[in-house]
Amino acid sequence: MRHIISILLENEPGALSRVVGLFAQRGYNIETLTVAPTEDSTLSRLTMTTTGDDHKIEQITKHLNKLIEVVKLVDLSEGAHIERELMLIKIKAVGAQRAEIKRTADIFRGQIVDVSPSVYTIQLTGTSDKLEAFIEAIGPGCVLETVRTGVSGIARGEKVLSL
Amino acid sequence: MELLSGGEMLVRALHESGVEYIYGYPGGSLLHVYDAVYKQSAVKHVLVRHEQAAAHMADGYARATGKPGVVMVTSGPGATNTITGIATAFTDSIPMVVIAGQVMSHLVGDDAFQETDMLGVSRPIVKHSFSVKRPEDIPEIVAKAFYIAGTGRPGPVVIDIPKDMTMPNERYEYNYPKKVKLRSYSPPQRGHSGQIKKAVELILKAKRPVIYSGGGVIIDGSSDKLRALVDRLNYPCTNTLMGLGAYPGTGQRFLGMLGMHGSYEANMAMHHADVVVCIGARFDDRVTNATSKFCPDAKFIHIDIDPSSISKTIIADVPIVGPVGNVLDEMMALLDEANEQPDEAAIASWWKQIDEWRLRHGGRFDKNESQLMKPQEVIEALWTATKGDAFITSDVGQHQMFAAQYYKFDKPNRWINSGGLGTMGFGFPAAMGIKMNFPDDMVVCVTGEGSIQMNIQELSTCLQYGIPVKILCLNNGSLGMVRQWQDMNYEGRHSNSYMESLPDFVKLVEAYGHIGIKVTERDNLAQALEDTFTKYNDRLVFLDVAVDPEEHVYPMQVPLGSMRDMWLSKTERT
Repeated sequence: MRHIISILLENEPGALSRVVGLFAQRGYNIETLTVAPTEDSTLSRLTMTTTGDDHKIEQITKHLNKLIEVVKLVDLSEGAHIERELMLIKIKAVGAQRAEIKRTADIFRGQIVDVSPSVYTIQLTGTSDKLEAFIEAIGPGCVLETVRTGVSGIARGEKVLSL
Repeated sequence: MELLSGGEMLVRALHESGVEYIYGYPGGSLLHVYDAVYKQSAVKHVLVRHEQAAAHMADGYARATGKPGVVMVTSGPGATNTITGIATAFTDSIPMVVIAGQVMSHLVGDDAFQETDMLGVSRPIVKHSFSVKRPEDIPEIVAKAFYIAGTGRPGPVVIDIPKDMTMPNERYEYNYPKKVKLRSYSPPQRGHSGQIKKAVELILKAKRPVIYSGGGVIIDGSSDKLRALVDRLNYPCTNTLMGLGAYPGTGQRFLGMLGMHGSYEANMAMHHADVVVCIGARFDDRVTNATSKFCPDAKFIHIDIDPSSISKTIIADVPIVGPVGNVLDEMMALLDEANEQPDEAAIASWWKQIDEWRLRHGGRFDKNESQLMKPQEVIEALWTATKGDAFITSDVGQHQMFAAQYYKFDKPNRWINSGGLGTMGFGFPAAMGIKMNFPDDMVVCVTGEGSIQMNIQELSTCLQYGIPVKILCLNNGSLGMVRQWQDMNYEGRHSNSYMESLPDFVKLVEAYGHIGIKVTERDNLAQALEDTFTKYNDRLVFLDVAVDPEEHVYPMQVPLGSMRDMWLSKTERT
């Protein structure tokens, strides 16, 4: 099962390499990884998605918690949460296709952020599923390039991950 | 306010952290620090002959005292030579602080002379590591390193110090923190009371209990509490290789070591147990054999300070995260309050069964099978000669297992071996680290002719500092454990397990200025041992004892079997 693990990490050199190294060292898989500083500049917020059975995920979270630089950790998929990923996608758009692609982008609430005579660049935000559905709808044959940020997530409601 | 250079701050901070000895080797990037070492006398430096040995010396000290051992090495090869030593300490949860020099900050990343990314290289085998970015941070980093290395589940911590952090003419205010606090690190102080209560209820209901304890009990200094619990309950106790000495080896309730080369009775008791109380051990693969067949009838209580050890290989029915000592205290208090008592009749019949198992095998070996001495009898003779009260270090292989099986440790912190990583070359430097700190105690390295050669250069260090450790080499002329596996699994094809060009060890140690004694006859062994501990008490003695190369370590668990599937001799299987 897919899990979204969200971490408050000391914003220090080498901290990220410990997190990533742990996954390599113990044979765990990272599907997506995003990291950036928070409003408190001493902390970074890191979100990663990984898959595994409950036993494996339990080991992953235990080992992550052991890292000195991991301040707090939550498995967002254990509760109600919001997840978002941003994609920039370049699509071949010529002739009649141009209108069709624009319509599809509108349906998915995507924005065309750059236009050239034969290419649209579209920005799309949503769950990973939604981004994949968009690629599917456009048809993989037209896709020239995709860039995805990886998943960011936050818990719903009052729950916060903070010091 | 006193102003100190980075190098001076480092040495001062080590002193304030309680360091008496640093084990190390100088080099370019650490010369400012070594100059600071020279100018003071509070912290003494021991110059080894290879940096790996420095790490093992610090490790031996740490295992015997419970306090972090300190290693100091230069950048590049100096640092990478400690890697095996750091990994050894990491696997066995041994507190250690490694100070590694680094090239000047502005050269980092330029492939400078003797530059290695030590933090990167050591990352998977340290509890934590620091890089010094400002000289004035050195005291705080040292204090944090000791705090992290020595608390919770202990482990090695590396401090990487670029040379420009230690410049003698750049001075800063020295502030050693009175108290260390890290917002992201708080090792558990106590176990969960509800879980402990559940554990006690389960323990009292047990009909065929086994208390299985490991190195965690020794690290926590809680052997007395373990003994009190075992004796109060009258339950059988087995120790892991790392846990030997936590419960007295000569005690009636002691079943011996368990696992791959565990005693027959310990492995049988585990297999048939209905409640297994695991205290400070981690269900290592050398203990469990096939996990799918492990203790089929048992419920597991698992006490460990490291949550990631719990339910890693064996799912715990009652997990308890906490320091062993605190949890055992609470357990004892609950037992005092409990109305229930252990089921005496069930326990009596359980003991009856265990005693029958003891008769079946009981750690016997055939002394008269050959003219050559058996390694087991040499260990027994060592036990007699030292009255069972020496610090015994070992290397890795058959001799290690024979020492673990036949030297009955009645005290904790006396059996010093690389249990988890299995590092050949560990025993001798570890013994040196212990002897320097326990000059009045007997310290013996039990080794083989293979292992001892992995750090034999330290004979020179022993001469320099006058470290009279005793080396007992069980010389069977081959890599015994490799050979045993080749006998058992590869139809006796001894691929590269035969040491065809062994040195004359007596001459070798004499060349280093020590005493060497060769023992080939059974009748000369006792006298040689006596001379070692009386006549040559203040000298390093190398006992080169010829033993039977055909001997195997038994019992030996059958691969992929359960705990009770064992070879008991070359011909006898359970």
